[in-house]
Amino acid sequence: MIVELGHLTLILALLVATVQAIMPLVGAAKGWRGWMAVAEPAALIQAVLLTFSFAALTYAFVVSDFSVRLVWLNSHTLKPMLYKVTGVWGNHEGSMLLWCLILAVFGALAALFGDNLPDRLRARVLGVQASVGVAFLAFLIFTSNPFLRLAEPPMNGQGLNPLLQDPGLAFHPPFLYLGYVGLSMSFSFAVAALIEGRVDAAWGRWVRPWTLLAWLNLTIGIALGSWWAYYELGWGGFWFWDPVENASFMPWLIAAALLHSAIVVEKRETLKSWTILLAILAFGFSLIGAFIVRSGVLTSVHAFANDPERGVYLLAITGLFMGGALTLFAARAGALQAKGVFGLVSRESALVANNVLLAVATFVVFVGTIWPLIAEMIWDRTLSVGPPFFDMAFTPFMIALAVILPIGTLMPWKRAEIGRAMSRLWWALGVTFAVAALIWVLQTGKTLMAPIGWALGVWLVAGSLADLWQRSGRGGLQDKLGRATRLPRADWGRVIAHSGLGVTFIGIAAMLAWETEDIRIAQVGETFEVAGYDVTLADVIDTEGPNYFTTMATLELARNGRAVATLTPEKRVYPVAEMPTTEAAIDNGVFRDLYVVIGDPQEGGGWAVRTYIKPFANWIWAGAIIMSLGGIVSLTDRRHRVAAGARKAPPSNVVAAE
Amino acid sequence: MKRVAAILLALCVAFPVLAVEPDEILDDPALEARARALSEDLRCLVCRNENIDESNAELARDLRILVRERLVLGDTDDEVIEFVVARYGEYVLLNPRATGSSLILWLSGPLMLLLGGGVAIWTLRRRPSEQAEFALSEDEQARLDDLLSK
Repeated sequence: MIVELGHLTLILALLVATVQAIMPLVGAAKGWRGWMAVAEPAALIQAVLLTFSFAALTYAFVVSDFSVRLVWLNSHTLKPMLYKVTGVWGNHEGSMLLWCLILAVFGALAALFGDNLPDRLRARVLGVQASVGVAFLAFLIFTSNPFLRLAEPPMNGQGLNPLLQDPGLAFHPPFLYLGYVGLSMSFSFAVAALIEGRVDAAWGRWVRPWTLLAWLNLTIGIALGSWWAYYELGWGGFWFWDPVENASFMPWLIAAALLHSAIVVEKRETLKSWTILLAILAFGFSLIGAFIVRSGVLTSVHAFANDPERGVYLLAITGLFMGGALTLFAARAGALQAKGVFGLVSRESALVANNVLLAVATFVVFVGTIWPLIAEMIWDRTLSVGPPFFDMAFTPFMIALAVILPIGTLMPWKRAEIGRAMSRLWWALGVTFAVAALIWVLQTGKTLMAPIGWALGVWLVAGSLADLWQRSGRGGLQDKLGRATRLPRADWGRVIAHSGLGVTFIGIAAMLAWETEDIRIAQVGETFEVAGYDVTLADVIDTEGPNYFTTMATLELARNGRAVATLTPEKRVYPVAEMPTTEAAIDNGVFRDLYVVIGDPQEGGGWAVRTYIKPFANWIWAGAIIMSLGGIVSLTDRRHRVAAGARKAPPSNVVAAE
Repeated sequence: MKRVAAILLALCVAFPVLAVEPDEILDDPALEARARALSEDLRCLVCRNENIDESNAELARDLRILVRERLVLGDTDDEVIEFVVARYGEYVLLNPRATGSSLILWLSGPLMLLLGGGVAIWTLRRRPSEQAEFALSEDEQARLDDLLSK
């Protein structure tokens, strides 16, 4: 019964969304207040209906109602409750319902906190947002309905994939969707502004918190996914340039560009058409990402992820919204008058450079991701584009970005002098080169990666400090500290986020350059040395977990005779799923991770053991967390009161989902 | 999103073998280092997006051993790659060759940067600069001089 109600509210939500997509837009065009006023209640009702629908599906998973086809396919009575709940979005249909729910919640938030928007603009924003909702709700209901029943309910479900029962994997989709779908707000604002033919500083102020919210959630989602890959895949890689990863990375890059150019619109009323274009493209890349992940065109050899019908539909949605928005853009962009003028060397220009670099980097990732498809379609060449290409083609843009970033943050608006900005950065530059030189001298293998990566990281962090130093004005340290604490939150957010990027640079460079790997056959009781650590394979036992059998090794790691860690890597077999998994054991540290994996028993006795020392590994994700913290701090700025409410609401939505 | 990756991964994990096995490692550290570097550029054909160095699949193991055999026989790095491509096709290369149509792929980034940077600079130069807007015309300057000299 509850499931049927969920199904019904889903269909009702589509109807409400249809009304919300038509009436406010027509009303705004004709100046009919009554029609425009439909937008707000419709947005709220749509969100309530979809919340109920999502709750109904969650209920079906919680009580393991196997008469629902989706529950049968993706759940099992033996699953811990946590994974029954996260299983709701662990599949195409459920995740699409979550997507629609977040879309509607964002619309409702814009309706609730949009009091300060002009009526006409608000009606248009909500109308455009609802039109996106209509497309996805129709997609959900007609091609991927999560509420379909089975005539004869089986006794138990099929979904007990042990790999999926993992917190890192279970919780990263909601963050990613908050990011992807959050960008739909920026898109709706952009299209509404194009229809209005007007973009001003206020528009920039409204659109920025939404973009910031989307961006920081994407940051968290991507970091969680990468962290999962690190500890679960068994050798500690953290980024694979996989099409699915790229699908989330492209919107992140473009959203980062949009954040920066929206500042220029807000403060200086210029770069308007470019910002609008970025807002359209950011959501465009979210849609392309959904297409890549869900159609399976790029998952290559394995055909089972393929669903041409869904792929075609998603491609049609992408084409419709991008085509429509870009046509509108071409017709109206000329009408957007830039007000602020600025010199060739200025903060504005620095932000333009930031935008060019981020946009081109996104383009490179995009071309690399779809190239196998293009090459096969046009030249009949079956080829792969993998990490070596992306490392080489993408990294230079990030290096350039890191080099100019601190200089840009120290430049004033309108007209700047590079010498002036640099005069506050000489000490940072000195520290940077000192660190690079020190590392070059200290490290054993002479790779350039570590000195360059660290130099860039230190440059970013030191540059952020210089930024803070300059913001806090003149006078003694006491005065400066006093003023620093009273700086706008947005300034603090910028400083924190830029430092976070530096921390990530340092982590990536250190891990890639200085990782130590040791693969060997070890006898039980044997001690071997890996990069200064004495590793002893103390014991290997066969034992049982709640729903698996496991071979568990005990490794004792010591340094200079002092015990450092005792690690227990496992090899598990889950009989229900008939699936073996490798559980690496990691001793996390601030300056290094010790990462051990147990392999197969060898014919001549002994076990395959793999030991990795990964320096500064955690800095990669710490940097991402610091970046998103910067985003949160910036969101709490008084000027973004709109967002102060928006920030609170999504977590409550997640709670509702549980 | 990772779900799909995980399912595919599960397929690779289904072979209970670890990536590089101890018995595969060559005695000569220099040759082994070359083998590892080469392996990172070769794709595991049955996995989704893994190189043979990371992959757990049986086929990846065969390829790793093949690469090492060729190295021991005295092949150069290029010859090894050539040998593998001749058998498995261009698809096996994770680092696509910058030849023929793939040249477009390699040049797309730099060209786009030139284009984007060029358009940006052109637009910035074209827009009225601040000096032009606030600078005094000759007339105004004359009047100002006049006023100041009084």
